[in-house]
Formats: sequence, structure tokens, C-alpha cells
Amino acid sequence: MEVSVIVNGTGRSADVEPRTLLVHYLRDDLGLTGTNIGCDTSSCGACTVLVDGRSAKSCTLLAAQVDGAEVTTIEGLATADGLHPMQQAFHECHALQCGYCTPGMVMAAVSLVDEYDDLDAAGVRVGLEGNLCRCTGYQNIVRAVLAASE
Amino acid sequence: MIPAAVDYVRADSAEAAIAALVEHGDEAKLLAGGQSLVPLMRLRLATPTVLVDVGRATDLVGISVEGDTVSIGALTTHSTLEHSAELAAACPLLAHVASLVGDPAVRHRGTLGGSLAHADPASDLPAAVLALGGTLVVAGPGGTREVAATDFFTGFLESVLAVDEVLTEVRVPVSTGGWSYQKFNRRAQDWAIVGVVVAEGGAGVSLVNMASTPIRATAVEAALAGGASATDAAASAADGTEPPTDNQADGPYREHLARVLTARALTAAGI
Repeated sequence: MEVSVIVNGTGRSADVEPRTLLVHYLRDDLGLTGTNIGCDTSSCGACTVLVDGRSAKSCTLLAAQVDGAEVTTIEGLATADGLHPMQQAFHECHALQCGYCTPGMVMAAVSLVDEYDDLDAAGVRVGLEGNLCRCTGYQNIVRAVLAASE
Repeated sequence: MIPAAVDYVRADSAEAAIAALVEHGDEAKLLAGGQSLVPLMRLRLATPTVLVDVGRATDLVGISVEGDTVSIGALTTHSTLEHSAELAAACPLLAHVASLVGDPAVRHRGTLGGSLAHADPASDLPAAVLALGGTLVVAGPGGTREVAATDFFTGFLESVLAVDEVLTEVRVPVSTGGWSYQKFNRRAQDWAIVGVVVAEGGAGVSLVNMASTPIRATAVEAALAGGASATDAAASAADGTEPPTDNQADGPYREHLARVLTARALTAAGI
């Protein structure tokens, strides 16, 4: 089936099997490999992208479900002027160790600060509960999200 | 893992979904937000041959309050429930429970109707609707019927929904009496090992993950109605339950949790 999505502002289309997960559509059909696959249980959040502006786990959606939607991946955050403020905050706060969870963390964090007002450290921790960092580098991740939310 | 091969039909209204279900029979499975079904398909625990994607049926989205009834379209997301000022005023318990489902990404996609139709005894929202004494509106080829939440769940992941029926709306009474939801788990974003919902000053008490379906804690409700203290009522929280044993907890531990969490919930609800 033909699935058309506006990815990072550009209309993209691919002929895929109905069972194709969004994350495989992004990585294998569109070549956007910034979105990682970390688990098989919808637990880790490494594959988090924005669908119509809100975080979603791209391993837990069929590509067919977002036909016609707007999807933003980590590749779509930075502009010609530089990094997205959340990316910049992750950079400045050293909010990563191995970096594997980082694309999903950043996308979830962008959605989180847009969705919830007046986030504090506890709110960021709860809000990022769907994103796991196996380096356990949460301290600086929370610091970065708070910095970017100001 | 990748789901097994499946055919896909998009149905953008309840009517179109029913027609597709009639056409494909029990080989078909309704797909709403997919936050329970897609993981099961990925693990190949669910292998439908036809998916009927009703996820963009806008006629099944929305929250309205009329008189003493809150009507919620089945495809209303957990996130919408969580942030609805109207629901927070009319039925704060339901808004709060919705805010504790999974994680934000799950709540953006998962739907109230999907959660109820999935009928997982470990899920939060089925127990909440049960404690509130909700009514489920079910549409099929022969018309529409209303099912009390107490009659809806028939077994583990099973409900009274026929293969050609669609859950279209969930109705709960306006309820601002004392309420609480106590959800106990050990890992972030996980299902409750045990959960306890108290609604409307103790008129409704229900248990998460204490049987093969979400269940009302009828012994607690009866004790409260008879004038028992919260502590005494909570002591009967595990009566009549059949808690599962799994790698997180065994039955006796769940019974203990049910009693402790019920006491906490009743206290938090001001009882």
C-alpha cells in the first residue's frame, strides 16, 4: 500500500506492506536512520518521533496509521540557523553518554515541554518515564530539559 | 519483531468500521490507537489477517457533559482526557486515571474505547469506568445497545463485544465526590501490579489486576454502605478476588496489596 507522510516538512511516499511499522518506514524506506530501535516491547522510547507535533513511539504505530500526517524526526529539528534549543541544551548540559537513547529523548522532551507548563525536575522525570537511558545518565538529561524549558 | 502479514482497511466512521467488520468476520481486528494491539502483533501474540483502522473516525472523538452524564467518544485519547478542563470539572477521577496510563507517547495515541475494548484486567481505565458505574455504547449491524460496565468484561482480554460490533461511546456519571486511584508498580510506565479505584465517596470501588477482568470490590462497597470505617472496609478488599501470579507478584502478595492500597485510597478519598 502507498503511505504518504510529510516528514520534516517534505512530502514523502513509499509503497509498503500494511504491517510495516513507522520506525521501519522511516529508517528503511525513507533512509532516516536517526530514529533508533532499542527494544521490542514499546518500553525504551529510542524510536520516539513527533506525529502531528506530539511524541509517539514509532515502533508502536503502523506506517499506515500516520498516512497523511506530519512526522518530525531528529533529523528535522535543526535549522540552517543551528541546533534546536533542546538539542543545544543536551549539548551544553552533556545530556548523553553513549548517545543511543538521545534522538528519542530529545523528541520526547520537545513534546513534553510543549505539552506541560511549569515543569520541575520531578515533572521531567515522570514525563520522560517512557524513555530509558541504559547509561543511566538521567541527571544531565533532566538538567537539559529544564534548561530548554525556560 | 515485525508483525505477521496483514491486510489493512481504513474506516473513517463507526458505520464504515461496522461494514468492514461484517465483511471480514472474525479474521478482522479493530485498530484504534494501537498502543495495546500493535505490541501484541509485533510479538505475534495477535495475528489478525485484516486490520480495520478506525483511528481517524472523527465522529468517535469528543467529551460532552449534559445534565449528570459525561459522554466520551470511544476514540478520545488518554491525553485529551488528561488535559480536558471539562472532564476535570465533571469527573476528575477519570482525568486523573487517564494521566497515569503508560507514558506521554502512549497517551497521545491510546484511546479510552481502545483500552476498554482490549479488556486488560491490568489496565487503569477499565477499572475506573467500572468504579464510576459507567455505561458503554456499542454499535453493530443491528443497531446500538448500551452495556453496563459491570456486564461488559467477560474474561482476560474478553468482553461482550461481538466480532461485528464497535464500542462507540463511554458514559460516566458526573462524579465529584471523594475519589482516589492508587496504582502500585515497580517500573516506570508499567501496568499496575495492583491498582485500586475509589469513586464517589466510596460508592464505587474497583480493583486492577486482581482477577481475569477488572472487578468491583463489592465487599468493600458493602462494608462502607453499612457504616464500616475505612480501615475495616479495606480489610475485605481481597474478598472474592482471584489475583494472578506472575513474575512480578504472587496471589497472596497481590491480596496484601489490595488491602493496603484500598486503605490508602479510601483515606485519600476522604473516607
